[in-house]
Amino acid sequence: MKQSEFLETVLPFKDKVFRLAKRLLVSVEEAEDATQELYMKLWKNKKQIQNYKNVEAFAMTMTKNYCFDRLKSKQASNLTLVHSNYEANETSLQRKIELNDSVSQVHKLIDNLPEQQRMIIQLRDIEQYEFDEIAKLLNMKPTAIRVALSRARKTIKEQLIKQHNYGVS
Amino acid sequence: MELANIERLLEKYLNAETSIAEEQILNDYFTGNNVAQHLEEYEALFCYFSTSKNERFTKSIQLKSEKSNWKWLSIAASVVLLVSVYTGYERKQEAKAEALYQETQMAFGLLSQNLNKGTVAIGQLDQIQKTTNKIFKQPEK
Repeated sequence: MKQSEFLETVLPFKDKVFRLAKRLLVSVEEAEDATQELYMKLWKNKKQIQNYKNVEAFAMTMTKNYCFDRLKSKQASNLTLVHSNYEANETSLQRKIELNDSVSQVHKLIDNLPEQQRMIIQLRDIEQYEFDEIAKLLNMKPTAIRVALSRARKTIKEQLIKQHNYGVS
Repeated sequence: MELANIERLLEKYLNAETSIAEEQILNDYFTGNNVAQHLEEYEALFCYFSTSKNERFTKSIQLKSEKSNWKWLSIAASVVLLVSVYTGYERKQEAKAEALYQETQMAFGLLSQNLNKGTVAIGQLDQIQKTTNKIFKQPEK
């Protein structure tokens, strides 16, 4: 497999890989490193890539595993993640700019979810994968995914309503 | 009518029973401009999803590993080490040969000195022969 051919197959989902890594690892730098590392791994295993039917799913699973490894080694070395500098700086939706505050609130709410729910929210609500795909990626049953997703969405909703009411009163 | 539909979809959404297409409808509704007031708290959620979707990995990806550089470096280092060990060994051999040469030179010097002593002594013998010949005249043959 030539480099150009390789890049053609793997580059389309680099943003998805990055976003999943960022969801799990929180910091942008960590996520960038993870993405870089993942592509190096894919490049090294480029011969096997042709054998996979769905390279994207394979890459996403690898990302998930890699991020979990990173998180584990972090816990082992007692490093804590600090994510105080999050800004909702994507102002592509100008008309919603007054919402920016509550949008970054959503980010915090999602960050507070358990890892698994966070990942499912990411894969479903942001990357819009089908349930079967997510099930394959996470090695779980689709029903279990639905349960976790529902739980995550309800948690976020309740928190949002709480905040909303607080803002109103 | 539409509002009722949205509410129904929201209910399904919270139970994680919506399809991708239905979620897209919800997404379009909440990122649009006329969100019903009692549903405002969902606005931030769907806005967050659509902004997150646009996040990009902006760095360029490198495929050449730095590890291979280290491999080459180590090979180069081992070659240098081998060469230096070899030349060092050669030098040592040379020094040894030099020392041997000096020693033999000295030995030869001593030998020649002693030989010279011998020739002087032989010269003296010659003299003795002559004088004895003078004193005791040899009978003519």
